[in-house]
Amino acid sequence: MADLRTNFVGIRSPNPFWLASAPPTDKEYNVRRAFEAGWGGVVWKTLGEDPPVVNVSSRYGSLDYNGTRMIGLNNIELISDRPLATNIAEIKSVKRDYPDRAVVVSLMVPCVEESWKAILPIVEETGADGIELNFGCPHGMSERNMGAAVGQVPEYVEMVTRWCKQNTRMPVIVKLTPNITNILMPARAALRGGADAVSLINTVQSVIGVDLDLMAPMPVVDGQGTHGGYCGPAVKPIALRMIGDIARDPELARLPISGIGGIGSWRDAAEFLAMGATTLQVCTAAMHYGFRIVEDMTDGLSAWMDQKGYATIADVTGRAVERFVPWNRLNMKFKTIAKIDQDACIKCGLCHIACEDTSHQAIARSKVDGERHYEVIDEECVGCNLCAHVCPVDECITMQPQPVDGVLTWPEHPSNPARVTVGS
Amino acid sequence: MPQGPDIAPGRLTDVELALNFSDAHPPLTHAQAVVEADRCFYCYDAPCIEACPTGIDIPRFIRAIATDNMAGSARIILESNILGGSCARVCPTEILCEQKCVHNTREEGQPIRIGLLQRHATDWQMDHGGQPFTRAAPTGQRIAVVGAGPAGLACAHRLAMHGHDVVIHDRHALAGGLNEYGVAAYKLADDFAQREVDFLLSIGGITFEGGKVLGRDMTVASLRREYDAVFLAVGLAGVRSLGIEGEDLDGVMNAVDFIEGLRSANRQTVPVGRRVVVIGGGNTAVDASVQARRLGAEDVTLVYRRGAENMSATPVEREWAQTNGVTVRLWAAPVRLVARDGVLDGIEFARGRIGPDGRPVYDPDDTFVVAADMVLKAVGQTFMPDPLNGESIAISGGRIMVDATGQTTMQGVYAGGDCTPGEDLTVAAVRDGRDAAEAIHAAYMAAGR
Repeated sequence: MADLRTNFVGIRSPNPFWLASAPPTDKEYNVRRAFEAGWGGVVWKTLGEDPPVVNVSSRYGSLDYNGTRMIGLNNIELISDRPLATNIAEIKSVKRDYPDRAVVVSLMVPCVEESWKAILPIVEETGADGIELNFGCPHGMSERNMGAAVGQVPEYVEMVTRWCKQNTRMPVIVKLTPNITNILMPARAALRGGADAVSLINTVQSVIGVDLDLMAPMPVVDGQGTHGGYCGPAVKPIALRMIGDIARDPELARLPISGIGGIGSWRDAAEFLAMGATTLQVCTAAMHYGFRIVEDMTDGLSAWMDQKGYATIADVTGRAVERFVPWNRLNMKFKTIAKIDQDACIKCGLCHIACEDTSHQAIARSKVDGERHYEVIDEECVGCNLCAHVCPVDECITMQPQPVDGVLTWPEHPSNPARVTVGS
Repeated sequence: MPQGPDIAPGRLTDVELALNFSDAHPPLTHAQAVVEADRCFYCYDAPCIEACPTGIDIPRFIRAIATDNMAGSARIILESNILGGSCARVCPTEILCEQKCVHNTREEGQPIRIGLLQRHATDWQMDHGGQPFTRAAPTGQRIAVVGAGPAGLACAHRLAMHGHDVVIHDRHALAGGLNEYGVAAYKLADDFAQREVDFLLSIGGITFEGGKVLGRDMTVASLRREYDAVFLAVGLAGVRSLGIEGEDLDGVMNAVDFIEGLRSANRQTVPVGRRVVVIGGGNTAVDASVQARRLGAEDVTLVYRRGAENMSATPVEREWAQTNGVTVRLWAAPVRLVARDGVLDGIEFARGRIGPDGRPVYDPDDTFVVAADMVLKAVGQTFMPDPLNGESIAISGGRIMVDATGQTTMQGVYAGGDCTPGEDLTVAAVRDGRDAAEAIHAAYMAAGR
C-alpha cells in the first residue's frame, strides 16, 4: 500500500487531499463531516475582521455541457460572513478533536500591518497548523482592495507575506490568483516575502452565462449580475500550467505547492502531483457530490501508485516537471500518425468531418462493400490528434509515433530565419 | 347456449378499455428527451438518415432538441416528412433509422430512441407552433389527389406549399387513410390521426372530399380533364382470402375490417370472440391479435405458416404480441375451418417445415385444431385495379407502374404509396407523395407557366 501521508512545510496530514478554503469549510459542522469522510485536511474558509461581511442571495452559476452539470462553477460569495470569534472557537474545537488532520486557516484583512498583526495571534491560539493568505478572491473583496487586488501586485504580495512571517510562527502559504499575466511574478514575490509555500490557483474572473430572459449575467441578484470566480473541472488546464510554470522555475524550485483547480478524481490528483504539487485542494467536486468523493480519490491514488511503484507522495511530486518544456525545446523531427482500428470503428464519420472541414483533409471517406469506411491518408496526416479526440470510441483511433531520426528544435531548424548556427 | 359463436361486445369495463387503448409507448418528457438527444453522436452523413425513406436529417433535429431549439427541430423533420408525427409512432424504427444507429455497434441494443425524439419534436410543434410552413404565391393550378392516406396527404401538403390548389378525394368520411382506419388504436392514441390531418390541412389550399369513390363518383379520365394533374394514392383495397373450407362461417372476418371497426366505433360496442385465432405474419396480424386481447378476448393465437424469420412483422412487433398474451404458433398452414352444429368452433392447421428445396412443405396428415369463436384473416392485402379499368394506366406485378418521378403511363397522372411497387410503409408512402408533388411542380415550372 502506498503511503499517502504528506508533510507540507511541517503541516502533516494522513493524505494529500484537503478541502480548499470555500463554502464547504465555513463551519465546524461541515469540517467535522469532512474529517469523518476521510479528508486529510481543510483550509478554513477565509476569516476577516469583524464586523463580518454580508453575502448576497443567489451566489453560484453553473456551466453545463451536453447534459453534464457543473463542468465549471462560478461564485460571487465573499469570505466567511460569521463573527471572527465564532470561527475561532470552532477551529479550536475541531483541531483539538482531529489532531492528525491539517487545519489551515485562510485569512484576508485590509492591507495594513496592524490588521495582520492583530489577527495572527488570535488564529495561532486555535492550534491551527498554518495560515493561507487569500490573495486570490477575484470578486467583491477585490473591490475593497483585498483578495486579488493584493495578489495582482507583486509588491503587496511580498509586503503582506513578510508581515505575516514576522508576526507568527505558523507556516505561511500564499494563495495565488490566476488573474494575472505571469504567475511567476507573484510567486517570486511571495518567496521574497518569506512564504513557506504557495497554493494555486484561486478562481478565475468570469461571467458564467447570461440569462436571456432577464438579460442579465448569471447568477442573477435582483435583476443584475456581477463577475464571479470560476472553478471546477474546466479550470484544471489553467491550474496545471501555472503550477508547472512555478515548479520548473529555477528560482522557485524549492517552493512547495498546494495544487488547486478542478481536481475531482484520483487521476486529476496524480496529474497535479506530477506537475509539482505536494498537497491537493478540492472544492467544486465536493460541492457537486458531497464529501464522500474523497474515498475514491485516496483509494484510486493509492492503487495507481502501487501499480506504478511509487511508495510515497514525494515520489510522484514533480515527476513530469522536467518534461514540461518551452515550445522551442520540442523535437521537430518527431512525427505521429493517426491509425483507425477498423474493427472498433462505428462509422460515425466524426473523424472525417473534423479533419476534412477543420484540419488537414487526411481522413478519406469511401464505401467498402456498401459500408462506410474511413481511412487515414498517412502522407497528409500531421499528427494533430483531433480525430482521436472526437472519436467516441476509446482506443479506436490511436496515434502511432513514427521512428525518430535525431533531435531538431526550432532554434536550430533550417526554416527558422533566426536559427542558431553551429559555431556562431 | 348461444346460436352463433361466442362473440360479444363489452367484455371489459370502460375503464379497462380506456387503459388498454391508451398510448402504447408514452412520450418522453422534455428532460428525458434532452438526455436522450445528448447521447447522439451527431454523426456526419449519418447512416440513420440513409435508412429513413423520407431522408430526415436525424442528427440535426436531435441536436436541435439538445439545444432546446424545438421549433427548428420540428421544422427539420416536417420539411422532409409532414407526417413526422404519425411516422414517429408507427414506423418500425427497429428496422429503419434505429437499426442503423452507430450506438448499436458500441452499446448492444441501445440505439438512440429516434422515434420517441421525433415524436417529442413534432408534438411540440403541434402543441405550440401550429403549421410551420407557408404557401407560395397561388399558381392557379388545380390538382386532384385520390386517397387521403399518408401518400395523398403528403402530396397535397407539398403541392399546397408550392402554391397549387388541391382537392383530395377519399371513399371514407375522414381523411387519414390507414392512420385513421388501419393502425392499432394504441399506436395513434388520442385521435392523433385526425389532429395530424387538421395540422397538415391548416396550410390552406387543400379541400377534402370524403365519400368519393374512384370508379363510381369519378374516373381518372374525368379527373384528368378537370384538373391539371392527378395523384393516385388509393392503397390496397383488396384482401386475400384463405381459400379453404368454411371461410364463409359467421365469426370469420378480415383483420383489416376488425381493425377499422375498432377505430371508428365506441370500443364498448365492438364484438370480439372469447377465443380468437389470427392468421398471418405481418403487422396487421399483430395489430389485430393484440387489439383482440385488449378488447377482452381470453385466448388469442396468432398462427403463421412459416418461421419467425419469415414474418414481415418485426421481432419487436412479435414480442409486443407475446407480452400482450398472444400465443404465437409458427409453421402451421390453415386447412379448414371447423364448425360444430354449423357454428364456428375452431380452425385446423397442417404442420409444416422447410422442405428439401427450401420451400415450406405441409403434411396434410399431421394436423391440429385450435379452438376459435372468431378467426381474423391477415394474409395480405392486394391492389384492386378495377377502378382503373379502361384507363391507359399500366399495371405491373399487381401494382400501378410508375417511373422515377412517380408518373404513371398516363401523362399527368402520378401514383404513390401502397398501390405502387416498393415497401408498404407509412414513411415510404409519405416519400412517394412528397416526391410526386415535387415532380408535378417541376413539370409545371418546366412548362413555363
